[in-house]
Amino acid sequence: MDGIALLTITVLAVFVGFEVVSKVSSTLHTPLMSGANAIHGIILVGAIIVAGQASDPWVLAVALLAVVLATANLVGGFVVTDRMLEMFRGRKKQLPAKKPEAVDAKAKEGTR
Amino acid sequence: MTLIDPVWTSLLYLAAAVCFILALKGLNSPRTARRGNLVGAFGAALAVATVFFSVKMDNVPWILGAMVVGSGVAAPVARQVKMTQMPQLVALFNGVGGGAAALVALLELGHTEDAAVRVAIVFTLLVGAVSFAGSGITFSKLQELMTTRPVVFPGLPPLMAAVLLAAVAAAVGVVFSGSLTLALVLVLLGLAAGVLLVLPVGGADVPIVISLLNAFTGLAVAASGLVLGNVLLVVAGTLVGASGTILTRAMAAAMGRSVAGILFGAFRGGSTAGSTAVSDRPVRSSSAEDVAVLLGYAQRVIIVPGYGLAVAQGQHTAAELALALEERGIDVDFAIHPVAGRMPGHMNVLLAEANVPYESLKEMAEINSEFRTADVALVVGANDVVNPAAKTTAGSPIYGMPILEVADARQVVFLKRSTRPGFAGIENDLMYEPQTTLLFGDAKDSLTKVLSAVKAL
Repeated sequence: MDGIALLTITVLAVFVGFEVVSKVSSTLHTPLMSGANAIHGIILVGAIIVAGQASDPWVLAVALLAVVLATANLVGGFVVTDRMLEMFRGRKKQLPAKKPEAVDAKAKEGTR
Repeated sequence: MTLIDPVWTSLLYLAAAVCFILALKGLNSPRTARRGNLVGAFGAALAVATVFFSVKMDNVPWILGAMVVGSGVAAPVARQVKMTQMPQLVALFNGVGGGAAALVALLELGHTEDAAVRVAIVFTLLVGAVSFAGSGITFSKLQELMTTRPVVFPGLPPLMAAVLLAAVAAAVGVVFSGSLTLALVLVLLGLAAGVLLVLPVGGADVPIVISLLNAFTGLAVAASGLVLGNVLLVVAGTLVGASGTILTRAMAAAMGRSVAGILFGAFRGGSTAGSTAVSDRPVRSSSAEDVAVLLGYAQRVIIVPGYGLAVAQGQHTAAELALALEERGIDVDFAIHPVAGRMPGHMNVLLAEANVPYESLKEMAEINSEFRTADVALVVGANDVVNPAAKTTAGSPIYGMPILEVADARQVVFLKRSTRPGFAGIENDLMYEPQTTLLFGDAKDSLTKVLSAVKAL
């Protein structure tokens, strides 16, 4: 892929990234951070590519270390985020109707 | 292994990128958050499966083995970690992600002669190393392996400047020479910069730094995507970098701080002052039975939970106490400061875990005017978030942070281990006010005693 196309994609991704979290309530800051943390674990794809092309044993060893670290980031990130959010679900069952408005109040407060 | 058509690879990566965007979008609302996270995990699984079929791969058994090791370590830890220790685990996962990005960039250095790619490589090396080392220090601070107070020493600002200058010089050198040795020097300088960046940050601000380092790792991943020419890494990394930046600012705003103030506040001096002196002023301490009487004959009680409640695992007892008081016809609410616990929203998670009904959890803006009508404000293991110094003492590190107006309540009861300062390291004058009563002890023990005394009334 040529440089200009990558640059275009990067710039658009910046705006999507800004837009997608601009109104989040402070209650969800922690899970959102944790979820974003899990997403950058996708560096695993890069680590796999490098490891798959390694011929030197040392290069392979370092690449495999990167695979281990990236997998820990990816898998651990999604699991811990899910655990946090599991608890929000428990609460929703008890009071399904109340939730949206209370969250709105928080959103205002969080972004003030 | 037969490879799939590159067009399919691109389409599958596109699908994964869309999953990540939907994941972040879903995490905006409690109703869709869990699904959002699962969509993100699905996208990641899709992308990882795709990569095996998109490029010629050797060492596949080794790679699969390494993935088993990585998930075998991380998944059980993530599943079993106490919710109170969750912030440091997020910091740890963030750090290893940054480390992985730096390693990938290091290995790609030998494969390229292109200066533009080398620029992306040095960026990944530096930012990944900063994120790795910074997250390590953050982890140590949250785990209390080291002091939670800001660590400053004379010469820190010039040292930081020297490290950064040397890093830039090394980076330029790597771009021109492609030298692996110089790249390793750059990594070491990055690690040093990460340590120096986080050391001066006070304990209470550490969560914001985690968020910032999270954005850093995102940028490192995006840059490594440029190195490998992998669009998915570019998109996912950029998404995290951009959203992480916004999130960091939103978190800082919730604490009434600026990001620059958090990072460089201690450099300017003064912000750590006045916190070491432990006062010997008299306080009014009391017994669990007295506190039970105060609570049991009140009409309205507001409970202010803090990190002390969480470390003592007392949230279930607090929920029981609230229930027992409500059975006596007393109006009970929980006042949640945006940064109660150790991260924004942390306390909501902990109390939700203890099945406190959602309607009892009141946000700061909502409850602050109601303290005036409360007979008792019961502060359990919280300190900085109710410290009037945030309003009155201009030199204080927490000055400007919005606080819960506990002092407006007719009576204030602190359940605390001691009068020692909170996480931010600042003494709380409220403890010495005449309307304040202190009950010393572990938050859970105290709550258990108060609970049984209330039941005996």
